[in-house]
Amino acid sequence: MKQTERTRLDNPEHRIPLFQQWVQQLHLDFPLLVGLFILSLIGLFILYSAAGEDIGAVQKQATRLAFGFVIMLLLAQLTPQALQRWSPLLFVIGIIMLSLVLLVGVEVKGAQRWLDLYLFRFQPSEVMKLVAPMAIAWYLADAALPPRPLKLIISLVLLAIPVVLIAVEPDLGTALLILSAGIFVLFLAGLRWRLIGSASILLAICAWPIWQYVLRDYQKTRVMTFLNPENDPLGAGYHIIQSKIAIGSGGLFGKGWLNGTQSQLDFLPERHTDFIFAVFSEEFGMMGAVMLLMLYLFLITRGLYIAAQAQDTFSRLLGGSISLTFLVYIFVNIGMVSGLLPVVGVPLPLISYGGTSIVTLLAGFGILMSIHTHRKMLSP
Amino acid sequence: MRREQLKDHFSETRLYTRRAIVSLVFILVLLSLLVTRLVFLQIIDHQHYTTLSNDNRVKLVPVGPTRGLIYDRNGIVLAENLPAYRLEIIPEQVEDMDKLLQQLHDLINIREQDLKQFKKLLKHRHAFDNIPLRFRLNDTEVAKISAIQHRLHGVHIAASLNRHYPLKDTFAHILGYIGRKDVKDLKTLDPTNYISTSHIGKLGIEKQYETELHGNVGYRQVETNAQGRVIRILEETPPESGQDVHLTVDAPLQAIAKNALGKHNGSIVVLDPRNGEILSMVSNPGFDPNLFVNGIAYKDYEALRKNDSQPLYNRSLLGRYPPGSTIKPFIGLAGLKHGITNVHHEMFCPGYYVIPFGENRKFRDWKKTGHGSVDLDEAITQSCDVYFYDLALNLSIDRISPFLESFGFGSKTGIDMPSENSGLLPSRQWKRTKRKQPWFPGETLNTGIGQGFLLATPLQLANATATLANKGKSLTPYLVQKTDTAEPETTIDPLLSTVHKHHWDYIFKSMTHVVHSARGTAHRIVNKKFRTAGKTGTAQVFGIKQEEEYDEEKVAFKLRDHALFIAFAPIKEPRIAVAVIAENGGSGGAVAAPIAAKIINHYMANPL
Repeated sequence: MKQTERTRLDNPEHRIPLFQQWVQQLHLDFPLLVGLFILSLIGLFILYSAAGEDIGAVQKQATRLAFGFVIMLLLAQLTPQALQRWSPLLFVIGIIMLSLVLLVGVEVKGAQRWLDLYLFRFQPSEVMKLVAPMAIAWYLADAALPPRPLKLIISLVLLAIPVVLIAVEPDLGTALLILSAGIFVLFLAGLRWRLIGSASILLAICAWPIWQYVLRDYQKTRVMTFLNPENDPLGAGYHIIQSKIAIGSGGLFGKGWLNGTQSQLDFLPERHTDFIFAVFSEEFGMMGAVMLLMLYLFLITRGLYIAAQAQDTFSRLLGGSISLTFLVYIFVNIGMVSGLLPVVGVPLPLISYGGTSIVTLLAGFGILMSIHTHRKMLSP
Repeated sequence: MRREQLKDHFSETRLYTRRAIVSLVFILVLLSLLVTRLVFLQIIDHQHYTTLSNDNRVKLVPVGPTRGLIYDRNGIVLAENLPAYRLEIIPEQVEDMDKLLQQLHDLINIREQDLKQFKKLLKHRHAFDNIPLRFRLNDTEVAKISAIQHRLHGVHIAASLNRHYPLKDTFAHILGYIGRKDVKDLKTLDPTNYISTSHIGKLGIEKQYETELHGNVGYRQVETNAQGRVIRILEETPPESGQDVHLTVDAPLQAIAKNALGKHNGSIVVLDPRNGEILSMVSNPGFDPNLFVNGIAYKDYEALRKNDSQPLYNRSLLGRYPPGSTIKPFIGLAGLKHGITNVHHEMFCPGYYVIPFGENRKFRDWKKTGHGSVDLDEAITQSCDVYFYDLALNLSIDRISPFLESFGFGSKTGIDMPSENSGLLPSRQWKRTKRKQPWFPGETLNTGIGQGFLLATPLQLANATATLANKGKSLTPYLVQKTDTAEPETTIDPLLSTVHKHHWDYIFKSMTHVVHSARGTAHRIVNKKFRTAGKTGTAQVFGIKQEEEYDEEKVAFKLRDHALFIAFAPIKEPRIAVAVIAENGGSGGAVAAPIAAKIINHYMANPL
């Protein structure tokens, strides 16, 4: 495999399809690009149905996707080494912005997440999803792995700063994603199983104080509702009940595109954003849902493969973390929509309506492509 | 770069590869978990969630049936359903609500309270709901709005059916009325069948034949969205309209009877003695049942309730009156049957009667000068009280009571109406249990002339007259025509079956004399075309004390005598039996008999 690739690169005369040639010159990864493209198209189709056949919403989303793909393209041009160099600076800027959010941020729906930069608003926490694992990968990369205890503790502190800042906004979903991104870096860096085991036990012990003193009331309600949605069928449990009905009634083959009664007749709340998977499963059934999961699996394993192929530690750790965080998105979102997990505001990657996460996710794939396409130049 | 050289690339790559493999397993485990979840939801519990999904979107909307109509025996409509129009607004279709309301206000009369009610509903209902602004639009208002409706977006005129009784008070007590169902009704009604029915029969035929008139509810299966907006109709089971009800009553005869009674409070019951059909039943004064259909206004109800004449009271079935002298033919027949008197027995009437060997109490005759020497025939013709005092005393209450009972006195007739009174037939037993007193002979005398304790409803009186006309065969009177053509079921009381034919004939002849003899108390109504048997009655409303004179003029109107008349015609094969009671009318012969005559003459001239 490696052999053939090398020969291709070495012999420009070798017949490579023109399109693929462009893709390589643009530092893009062809399998990832195709997968992301198909996923985006599926997303636009299901959005058209979920948004009540509103073509305007689809156009808006398509614009966001296009913007996301441009960002991906730009990031793919940067070398992983450049990213690694800028990581500490980006992290410090990110922390400053997160602090600013808490001081002068704009409050939307009871949570202070936005920074108003006069020209546009943006969520520093979104950027942190990439910058935090970058910073930890940078910090661990220049020493031998697995990390020593001191390094480990400092890494955890580095990770805790953005996580805490975001959790108090409050934005539990994003905090969770950043926490897992950081932990994935540590895990891939070879965190000892003994430590993982004892940390899990410690977490279980701390669960009660966290529940009592850290979680806010609405977050507690979500967990309680998740544990027993039928307790509050018209209030907080309504989302989960209706979403389970949508998925369950879809059956093996679904009710057909635009024919989901749960979604088309407004029974399903938040159906074009966080709960869009319920619309998808209602209209395309189990077959559609499994196919979608296969597509996601393909993107994750491709990402993981790219990370494993990387030759420097920073790229490996960051690439692996980005791929696994993508999995967390999918698992938390679908788990929530299908009633497996409590309601946490995590979108279904590249399908849920909404701008910021799409850009961040595609930026992540841009970094993966950069890792893959700049590889050869490092190792002569 | 120098630091990197310190690192063991080989072992780090191995470590990373191991971790990557663990990660891959982790990925597969989590995704399998999701797929398993989907299998549970979409395959194992699919049926359950499909049901829930359908429950969500599919709603059953009940559709109320149209109420059956009520006709008289000729097919004249007595209760109908008229379209009523109301103005409705769908808020979501309106651009500028205030402007629209002002526009409508300029067009038709919209009261402040209509507006207030509308604004209240506007807040609580969905924007796609029909919200009523005005009820009962008249034709002009409907026309005004229809003319410019294309410019009034969101404005609709909705039609519904309103019960209407075109003959108003003439049939009020027979038909009763329908009204909004209330909490009390909910306990007795079938909740499914009545789910979308707003009105039910409250009185009279409307109540008695509620089941037939109501019909059966229909359903529309509709798909709704989460807000309850109907998206489309999936399936429809149309409601079954109520059955029409045909009365035995003859509307023209009813109108004549009502007119004949005129301003008198009282009642008329006209029966066909051949089958028990009620041809007419009037209770005066009446009321307009239309007032009750959509909830009677407080003012109107108070006016009816406080009226001394009690218009809401159905006198024909509930009024208890002393039958007065109309009881005499029955007492006379009892005397003949039991051999207490015979056709030859005569006695002298001095104008009063004293119980032999009793205390020296005088029982007066209505004619102070007395009737002289009278036999039973003369006693009935002239309505001599003294003869009947003597006859009753000799019969004793123990024979009078069972005999009157066999004519239906003291018990309900079984008419197809929601309520009727059983009157009061006194007996020795009754007095002992109810009044804790022994029976006194004087009370037998009073019973003999239809006074004292004895009370009967006009329907009982008419029914007893019909039984008399049928020579003992009694029928259950009814208001709604029977669908089967079987012969009406007649029963004959064993006591009456043993009455001799010539005794019946004798009483018939005497009653004929009441009308056709020059001395008869109802001679003024004589009609030579056919023979009418009748009996007048003038019932005292209160007892006159011994030796006390009374002047009709001076007595308050309310204490004046009730005028009564019972009759059947013709003598051979009677086709009509009538009972008339004019409260405080005074003399039966002068007041009640002419009323009955108008009815009988019309009926005999216009046979059904």
